[in-house]
Amino acid sequence: MIERYETLASQIDARFAEQVRRVSSTCGELTYELDKDNLIEIATALRNEADFGFEMLVDVCGVDYLSYGSDEWKTDDATDSGFSRGVEREPVILDEADEFDPRRFAVVYHLLSLHHNFRLRLRVFTGTSNPPIIKSVVDIWNGANWFEREVFDLFGVLFEGHPDLRRILTDYGFIGHPFRKDFPLIGNVEVSYDAAEGRVVYKPVSIEPRTLVPRVIRDDNRYSADLKDAKDG
Amino acid sequence: MAEIQSYTMNFGPQHPAAHGVLRLVLEIEGEVIQKADPHIGLLHRATEKLAESKPYNQSIGYMDRLDYVSMMCNEHAYVMAIEKLLGVQVPERAQYIRVMFDEITRILNHLMWLGAHGLDIGAMTVFLYCFREREDLMDCYEAVSGTRMHATYYRPGGVFRDLPETMPKYQESKFRSKKELDRMNANREGSMLDFIESFTDRFPGCVDEYETLLTDNRIWKQRTVNIAVVSPERAIQLGFSGPMLRGSGVEWDLRKKQPYEVYDKVDFDIPVGVNGDCYDRYLVRIEEMRQSNSIIRQCVEWLRNNPGPVIVDDHKITPPTRVEMKDDMESLIHHFKLFTEGYCIPEGEAYAAIEHPKGEFGVYMISDGANKPYRVKIRAAGFAHLSAMSEMVEGHMLADVVAVIGTQDIVFGEVDR
Repeated sequence: MIERYETLASQIDARFAEQVRRVSSTCGELTYELDKDNLIEIATALRNEADFGFEMLVDVCGVDYLSYGSDEWKTDDATDSGFSRGVEREPVILDEADEFDPRRFAVVYHLLSLHHNFRLRLRVFTGTSNPPIIKSVVDIWNGANWFEREVFDLFGVLFEGHPDLRRILTDYGFIGHPFRKDFPLIGNVEVSYDAAEGRVVYKPVSIEPRTLVPRVIRDDNRYSADLKDAKDG
Repeated sequence: MAEIQSYTMNFGPQHPAAHGVLRLVLEIEGEVIQKADPHIGLLHRATEKLAESKPYNQSIGYMDRLDYVSMMCNEHAYVMAIEKLLGVQVPERAQYIRVMFDEITRILNHLMWLGAHGLDIGAMTVFLYCFREREDLMDCYEAVSGTRMHATYYRPGGVFRDLPETMPKYQESKFRSKKELDRMNANREGSMLDFIESFTDRFPGCVDEYETLLTDNRIWKQRTVNIAVVSPERAIQLGFSGPMLRGSGVEWDLRKKQPYEVYDKVDFDIPVGVNGDCYDRYLVRIEEMRQSNSIIRQCVEWLRNNPGPVIVDDHKITPPTRVEMKDDMESLIHHFKLFTEGYCIPEGEAYAAIEHPKGEFGVYMISDGANKPYRVKIRAAGFAHLSAMSEMVEGHMLADVVAVIGTQDIVFGEVDR
């Protein structure tokens, strides 16, 4: 399997040269990063050219890289005050920035070639604009329709050229994009039935956010490449 | 006054044929559907965001609740993604157990689908027959994991425990005679594998019964033949997978094409449809049940003869036994760390896909090196299928909408996530 992917990788490198950047993978998967301006051109080529033949779009996934690599507990140092179970929370600010970090929002496409039996992953960052915007691939793979609506709903990424970009999973009249990292897990509003008014009403949430298990990042030497080689050799 | 040509009709979300909470807004001209606009999300629980907030192992139980008629298959994709990132090799016995339970789950799912699909388009008896067999398989779930539905049985590195030596039995009660009780417990005297084997002996006969009721039934054929025809090109273009893709004649099954676990060591065939209509998809699923039955038999045979560990012996990711913990400090620490903090997964990303009863079920996981996933994306087959609803029902009658919902095998747990 690995050799076949290397052949595919060299074909992609030869065909698209500077337009794509390969991302290394620990589990034998092929991932490429590309600029959003080239997306349509590259996606069309990947679908139509016989060498690639990625006729199926398996999945479109939005990713918010806002808090990538941040943890709630420091684990690299000793402490003289001890660790507490409590976690200091960052205050939640809803995104009103004029510009985003260019590597904040990404849209990830999983492609599948039934003919060659290959999988390929493309990652496209949406750039600095607020709201993030990217070209739609609905015309290339019709199945992208709902997947892109989902990314729009949950991350607020706009898809240029999408025929029907409505919210899909959240409630009618929902405010915000819940899968962004700055959107609180407990949400902003809660719903209840108000007997006096005789209808369902929205109120600000009454529960407190809590952390049961803090997020920690440990440098684990078991996975470092040099140690693995020494052990196997 | 101008005659009103088309009108809009609301279908669901509280409709017995909506398979949960589907709301359809239909544009109808007379009784002919012009356009269908499914409104989904009424069961949205943000499983993916919840998974970001807890250690890896604590989300396995959430996976059961995605497609709640094929529980263990959902877990399978999730634990496979973790294993891929960790680089863990699962013991062979655990792989066979997983394959066996994946196929049991496939039968469970297809029985549920057949019963509900039949009920939707007017075949009451099939529903009762299907649930009769489902009961036995539910008992297998219960025997191995303690729960009938939300099993949480698969763990990263293997499965929670080995197959039990005894099957739970029906108890005496004033509603059952001794004779009745003995009859009910007849195949429960031996181990769980004996019970499963007796099921596989009986099950092909049961499938024959369903087929007697449906396959040549004039009403069944009138309701399904030539309904919602999808060409192979469209099926691929729309991202179909599983029986929906094979019903259109595309020979594609991840168990054969990208084999995971021990699917390359068991012998089975992939049924493929010809016309791509509801009837072909029905035939494909019926044949899949027979093939699953044969896979289960092969697994039972292998599991009988090959005892061994069912989970890896790496206590960084799997808990040590209670006995070890009693006198080994190291084990106690491992246990404590595992259940309070979990384990960290090296930075990276992986996509693990399995041939779920409904199609390709994938989990895309991004780890930034922490004890919780940075992002989990669940690729549900039903989501892609439902998005093609409008195209499939266009030009059909109102009553056929129900047939299409049935043939897509929609379960809202996975569509809405």
